[in-house]
Amino acid sequence: MVTAAIPLASNELRNRWMLRARDAIDRDYAQPLDIPALARIALVSEGHFIRTFRTTFGETPHRYLQRRRVERAMALLRNTDRSVTDICLAVGFASLGTFSRTFRDIVGQPPSAFRQLAPPPDPVPGCFAMAWSRPSSFGEAAVRRSA
Amino acid sequence: MFNSISHSGIFVLDQDEAVDFYAGKMGLEVSADVDLGFMRWLTVCVPGNEDHHVVLQKPGPPIMSDEVAAQIRDLVTRGAMGLAFILSTDDCRRTYEELKAKGVEFLDEPTEQPYGIDCGFRDPFGNQGRISQPAAELGEITDEVKARWAEERPDAAG
Repeated sequence: MVTAAIPLASNELRNRWMLRARDAIDRDYAQPLDIPALARIALVSEGHFIRTFRTTFGETPHRYLQRRRVERAMALLRNTDRSVTDICLAVGFASLGTFSRTFRDIVGQPPSAFRQLAPPPDPVPGCFAMAWSRPSSFGEAAVRRSA
Repeated sequence: MFNSISHSGIFVLDQDEAVDFYAGKMGLEVSADVDLGFMRWLTVCVPGNEDHHVVLQKPGPPIMSDEVAAQIRDLVTRGAMGLAFILSTDDCRRTYEELKAKGVEFLDEPTEQPYGIDCGFRDPFGNQGRISQPAAELGEITDEVKARWAEERPDAAG
């Protein structure tokens, strides 16, 4: 925890609380996380949380959560033969429709097509796989679609 | 040419608090704590293993301006500084439970990976490290394994 013993400026304290909420997304992505719960972790109101998270990390908490879930789904599609529905529920989506739409929106192709084309993963530590294989918000899907 | 990587460094925002966390909670050992006048040379290592020391540096003058130090502090607290280091262990799940009980923050729970079991932790400032239990060694070809292979695939024997 951040303790009073560490002399942090107000922006640094705010960063640290936002990071704590982002870590909760990374850790608990499969749970029914929602913005009010995350805002409580960051000790701020919902509206303030969404704005500040975006300023701190460059995207909304909702989008970050979606990317974390889709990244996990990509790994499960690659590494297991579990069904798409099973994987959808395992990574925290409540409906197959939302999962498929979000997956296609972020990755550029539907889960089943991704599974057929995905190369096997490299053996790197989970943090790197998590961070670097997480689909970006910044346009790769569109590029991949047109390729 | 080289023998080893003996030291590497991370930025911490308060050296006393860093000692409390890395030595007090994480169970590392302070291997050097020297007031050089111009800086406090502070390192930690795994107890009983002097092969690698991590230098816990505080950003600030004279090695950098206050303005640059503020930028680093901003990045550290956003979790943007990259991996600090990976600690290896024989029992990742037990270590995780023990550290969690001490209030250490985790990024993920121990997870089975192709290379072993690992989880990630966050220090009080925002640095991330990982705790890894390497998979039992693969690929050791004992006589027993050769015999089994020979049974399974007679053409591959020898």
